[in-house]
Amino acid sequence: MKIEVCGPGCASCEKTQKIVEAAVAAKGVEATISKVTDFQEIAKLGIFSTPAVIIDGEVKCVGNVPKQAEVESWLTS
Amino acid sequence: MEIIETKKSCAAGDDCCPTSTGAGKQNITAGQVSLGLLGLVTWYIIYKQLLPFSHFFSYGLLGLEEGSHLGEAIQFFVYDTPKVMMLLTLIVFVVGMIRSFFTQERTRKFLAGKRETAGNVMAALLGIVTPFCSCSAVPLFLGFVQAGVPLGVTFSFLIAAPMVNEIALVLLYGLLGWKVAAIYLGTGLAIAMTAGWVIGRLKLEHLMEDWVQELRAGEAVVIEEELSWADRIGRGREAVRDIVGKVWIYVVAGIGVGALIHGYVPEDFMASIMGKDAWWSVPAAVVVGIPMYSNAAGIVPVVEALLGKGAALGTVLAFMMSVIALSLPEMVILRKVLKPGLIAVFIAVVGGGILFTGFLFNLII
Repeated sequence: MKIEVCGPGCASCEKTQKIVEAAVAAKGVEATISKVTDFQEIAKLGIFSTPAVIIDGEVKCVGNVPKQAEVESWLTS
Repeated sequence: MEIIETKKSCAAGDDCCPTSTGAGKQNITAGQVSLGLLGLVTWYIIYKQLLPFSHFFSYGLLGLEEGSHLGEAIQFFVYDTPKVMMLLTLIVFVVGMIRSFFTQERTRKFLAGKRETAGNVMAALLGIVTPFCSCSAVPLFLGFVQAGVPLGVTFSFLIAAPMVNEIALVLLYGLLGWKVAAIYLGTGLAIAMTAGWVIGRLKLEHLMEDWVQELRAGEAVVIEEELSWADRIGRGREAVRDIVGKVWIYVVAGIGVGALIHGYVPEDFMASIMGKDAWWSVPAAVVVGIPMYSNAAGIVPVVEALLGKGAALGTVLAFMMSVIALSLPEMVILRKVLKPGLIAVFIAVVGGGILFTGFLFNLII
């Protein structure tokens, strides 16, 4: 599983990163988590408000910090 | 073309980037409505008791003399702190709910269909209810460009959003009175509208970075959410927790400073350097304000202190607007999407508007 967290590095983006990491650990799934911090790359993905979470190429959440339970539900489906 | 997915939850207000409520879809009951009304009535009754209570506390309970330095300072603090906090909580809650109607996606689509002049006005007004910090300015800008919002209209929004917001207005109202708040709101909006309109007239689209110009043909991923009234109330509550939780310290510090000034400092302390007669103080205030970066909550206590010591209103307004609207960190971030020429025009146009406001108010008040 490939998870990307998009955000320029503001407080909310850091929070999202931590929540995603915690969710992955809680679910015990195999996943690589990477950060996308460059505006140009984020825009190329079609994302114009941050933070955003992308799992295996599918945009799950744009412009807000998700709850850990939400992230966990994305990991199982 | 936009890909629209329908999905519940996953969004909420924060003065920077939003956090999630994750609330399910449930509708509001009559019991909850009456509970809300009861809360509002209680709020009003307590609010009305604050002034008499502060008098009772300072002059009755503590036995301080009415009109003495310490008595005045303590009465001011005991009255203003709960007053501003109560106002802030109520307004932030209401704006948090209103904000749930204006998602970034909706704002973009709405502005994309507007012509320049009307667009500038709408964009500046929308800026009041949509807050952002410098970290979200660039994605926001890119989103507007992608949706085909005219450049000038985008700038109206970019200028108004950090400068004119409910927190600045409540603090100005609570600490300095409704006149200063109204003047700030009016001139802030006027600058955002005019500066955006001028930038639009100048036809500077070629001064966006090349990769930004190519976005016009692209697609945006939008996750549209369905919100019930219960969700929107949740948003309001969340906004209160986030925003009031962050700014209360500034409010208390600001009122503390205000209380000291109110009780002790002579009225004309700052008059010679920041008074009406020092014409050069307006451009100086703007220049000093640019490298400083603060949000509205941080700057209002300073404004209060300066005004309290005899600085002229125009000069202080110019300083406040310069600190909030023209910030060096934001310029550095915007440089990633704009060529230097456009940033220079942005600084010149907004700076010019602020100077004009400063001189105007020093002249007429």
